[in-house]
Amino acid sequence: MSTVVLLGVTGLGLGALYFLMASGLSLTYGLLRVLNFAHGVFLTAGAYTAWLIVSRVGGNGPARFAAALLGALVVGAAIAAAVEVALIRPLYRRHIEQVLATVGVALALGALAQGIFGADPRPFPVPPWMQGVTPVLGAAVPNSRLVTIAAGAAVLGALGAFLRWTRWGLIVRAGVENREMVQALGIDVQRAFTLVFALGGVAAALGGVLSDGYFGTVDPARGTAMLIYAFVVVVIGGLGSIAGSAIAAVLVGLIQQFANYYGSVWWSFPSSGDLAVVLLLVAVLLVRPRGLAGGA
Amino acid sequence: MTPLLEVHDLHVVLAGSHILRGVDVAVPEGGVTALLGRNGAGKTTTLRAILGLVPRAGRVRLAGRDVSRTSTHALVQQGIGYVPEGRDVFAGLTVAENLRLAERTADPRYDQVYEIFPELRARAAQRAGTLSGGQQQMVAIARALLNPNRILLVDEPTKGLAPRVVARVIEILAAVSREVTVLLVEQNLAAAKGLARHAIVLDQGTTVYAGGFAEFVGARERVHRHLGVALAPAGP
Amino acid sequence: MRRGAGLAGLLVALAAVPFVPARAPGILPAPLNAPGTLQLLALCLVFGGVALSYALLFGYTGLLSFGHALFFATGAYTVDIALSRWQWPLLPALAVTAVVSLILPLILGAVALRVSGIAFAMVTLAFAQAGSILAFSNPGRLTGGEEGLGLVVDRLPAQLVGVVNTRYLYWIALGYLVVACLVSWRAVTSRSGRIWPAIRENELRVEVLGVTPYGYKLLAFVIGCFLASLGGVVYVLLAGGASPGITTANLSLALLLMVVLGGTGSLWGAVLGGVLYEYLDFRLVALAGSPGIHALPRWLSVPLGEPLFILGMLFILLVLFFPGGIAGVPDRYRFARAPKRRLLQGEEGTS
Repeated sequence: MSTVVLLGVTGLGLGALYFLMASGLSLTYGLLRVLNFAHGVFLTAGAYTAWLIVSRVGGNGPARFAAALLGALVVGAAIAAAVEVALIRPLYRRHIEQVLATVGVALALGALAQGIFGADPRPFPVPPWMQGVTPVLGAAVPNSRLVTIAAGAAVLGALGAFLRWTRWGLIVRAGVENREMVQALGIDVQRAFTLVFALGGVAAALGGVLSDGYFGTVDPARGTAMLIYAFVVVVIGGLGSIAGSAIAAVLVGLIQQFANYYGSVWWSFPSSGDLAVVLLLVAVLLVRPRGLAGGA
Repeated sequence: MTPLLEVHDLHVVLAGSHILRGVDVAVPEGGVTALLGRNGAGKTTTLRAILGLVPRAGRVRLAGRDVSRTSTHALVQQGIGYVPEGRDVFAGLTVAENLRLAERTADPRYDQVYEIFPELRARAAQRAGTLSGGQQQMVAIARALLNPNRILLVDEPTKGLAPRVVARVIEILAAVSREVTVLLVEQNLAAAKGLARHAIVLDQGTTVYAGGFAEFVGARERVHRHLGVALAPAGP
Repeated sequence: MRRGAGLAGLLVALAAVPFVPARAPGILPAPLNAPGTLQLLALCLVFGGVALSYALLFGYTGLLSFGHALFFATGAYTVDIALSRWQWPLLPALAVTAVVSLILPLILGAVALRVSGIAFAMVTLAFAQAGSILAFSNPGRLTGGEEGLGLVVDRLPAQLVGVVNTRYLYWIALGYLVVACLVSWRAVTSRSGRIWPAIRENELRVEVLGVTPYGYKLLAFVIGCFLASLGGVVYVLLAGGASPGITTANLSLALLLMVVLGGTGSLWGAVLGGVLYEYLDFRLVALAGSPGIHALPRWLSVPLGEPLFILGMLFILLVLFFPGGIAGVPDRYRFARAPKRRLLQGEEGTS
C-alpha cells in the first residue's frame, strides 16, 4: 500500500513538473502556432540560475532560496522574451522557420549550458524543509514531492485566474481561437505573443528550480529530456488548454511512474513507463488530434 | 471631395492564385458603398487586404493619409470597424467578453449598443459559441458600433440568416450609415438595394465599375455580365 | 548532356581521392589519401546521402519528420546485431537489414501519415523516442544499451577491416552516395515524383484534382527512410559499431539542419549540406580541443569549445538571414526589391 502511495505521489510530483513546462508550451502553440523546442532551455536556465545563486549566497535561511527562486524566474522570463523578440517576431507568419529557429536555440543554449557547467549532473543543496518526509496514508513521502505538487497547483490557479480575470488573459484566450480577428479589433497581438512566451519561460524556470529540489541535482540534459514528455502532455491535453494540460500532466506522470515501477518489477524493463507514454502520444494523435489535425 | 477610403492598384496572391489584379476602390464619405461581384471576384479579399490581413501590394489611403505601411491593429485604431464574413465571434468567450475585447476607448458606447441590441444585455454571460447565427451577427455588428469609427467594413452580413433577421440587419445598417460610412460587401443585391448609394463592382480581380448604385443596377445587361444574376424588376 | 559529363567527372575525381597524396593545410589535418582523412571524407559522403534521403521527405514532399534518425539507426543496429550478436555472415546480415529497412518505414509511415503537419511531426518524434528508449534499455541484451554495440569483424571480408583498408570503406561510402543520388533522381523524375512537390505546395489542391496524396506520401517516406537505413549500414562499418547516440533527437535535428543549410527544397543542396555539416562538426570538435581555443578568454573559449553551440547559432543565422540555404544564394541576388515582384513570386507561409 505504501508503495502505491509513494508511486502516486511521485507520479503527481513528476506530473506537476510536466505541467509547469506544458502550460507555457500549450499557450505558445495555441496563440503563436509555434512548437517551441527551446522550452527545455528555459527550464535548464531556471535550474542553473537557482543553483548558481544558492552556491554563491551563504547561510541556510529562507532568504537564500527565495533569492534563488526569484533569480530563476527573472532569468526564465528574460530568456523567453529575448527568444520571442529576436527570433519569433522577425519570422512572422513563417511557422516552420519559427520552429526551426527554436530548434537552433535549443541546440546552441543546451550546448552552452554544458560548456559552462559541464555535462555531468551536479549536486544541488536542497533546503532542509524539502529534505524531510511527511507521513501520508502510511507512507513516508518526501517533502520535495509535496512542494512540487503544491507549486504546480498554485501555478494552475494563477494561470487560470490570469486568463479568466485580466484583459491580457482575455486577449490570449481570444487569440488562441482566432488571432487574426483579435488583430482586426485593434489589439496588438504581438505584445500578447511576448507575454505568453515570457509566462512560459517563468513557468518552465520554476519547473527547473523545483526539479533541482526534486532530483537533488542540477543537470544540463534534464530540460531536453523532459521536453518530449511535456510535448506529450500538451498534445494529450489539447493545445491552448491549460486545464487540459493539467489533467494530462497528472495522467502522464502517474502512468509513467507506475508503468516504470511495475515494468521493472515484472519484466525487468524499467523504461516501460517512458515507452508507454510515448506510444500514448501516438495513439492520441491518431484518434483525436485536437487542434493538430491537418497541420498548424 | 477626398474619398474617405482609397485603394490603388491592389494586388493579392494567395496560395498561388493571383486573386486581386490591380483593384481600385474609392469610398466616398457618408452613406453606404456596396462592393459587388460574383463569387470569387475578390470582394472579401479586398476587405482583408485593406486591413492588412493578407500580404498585399498597392496603396491604401484613409482620409487622405497613406496607411499602406500601417499595421492592422494600428489601422483599426484609426477608426475602422470590421464585421467579417462568418461573424468570427470568439466561441469560447461570453457575449460580454466578446464586447469587452472590442473596447478601444475609455468610454465604450454600451448604452447605444444595448439600445439597438437589448438581447445582448440579457445574454451577456452566454458563451458566444452557443448563439444562433443571427445572434452572432448581432454581436459582430455590436462590436463595430462600440467605438467611434469613421468607416465600417461589413462583409456579407445577411448571409445564411433567416429573412426576419436579414430585415433587422438591413434596418440597423441603414440607421448606422447615417453617422458612419459603410463599405458593404453583399451578394444579396436586393438587400444592398435599399441601402447603397454608391457601388463598386469587381470582376476577376479588377474593378469594372465605380459610380452610383442605382445607375449600375439599372443597366440590366451589365448586372448580368458582372454578377451573373438577373435582377428581378423592382417590386413592393 | 553537359551536366552528365560534369557529374561523371566529379565522380571520377572523388573516386581517385585515395590515390592523391595532396595536402590541404588548414582544411584537412592530413594528406588526402591518409586513412584519417579518408575516414572523415567517407563520413561526409555518408551524411550527404542521409541528408539527401531526408530532403526527399521534408524538402521535397513537405513531410516534416522529426524522427529520421530512427531509420538511420535501424540500418546500423540491425546489421550490427546480425553480425555481432547472431554471428551471421555478411550477405544474410545485409539481406535481413534490407527487409527490416523496408518494412519498418512502411508500417510506421502508414500509421504516421494518417495525420499531417505538426501532428505528423510529433508522431515521428514519438516513434523515434520509442526507438531510442529501446536502444538505451538493451532489450534481450541485443543493443548493448548505453555503451552501444561494437562491430564484431570476424565475418567481414578482409578488405573491410583494418585502418589500412579505409580506402575500401571510402569507396563504399561514395558508392552509397551515388546510389542515393540515382535512386532519388529516378524517384523524383518518375510520375509519382512529380506529385510530391505539388503535395508540399498545396495538398488540398492535389486532392481536389482527384489524387489521394496518402499513397504518394507513403512512397516518398519509404524510399527516404530506406536510403537512410542504407546509410546507417555504411556508417556502422566506418564507425566500427552502433551507439545509442544515433537514435536521439540530436541526430534528427542535425539532419534537419543539414537540409536547411543546403536549402530546403533543393536535393543537391541537401547533399552539400550533409557533407558540409559533417565536416564542420569534425573540425569544430578538433577546434574545441585545440590549444588556440583554450588560450582565449573564458567568455569566448567556452562557447567556441562546444561544437553544438556553433552549429546551433549557425542554424539560427541560416533561418533568419539565409532561408534559401546554399542553394538559395544565387536567387537572392536575382530578385529586385520590387514588392509586387516579390509578392507574385510567392510569400512563404501566409497564415
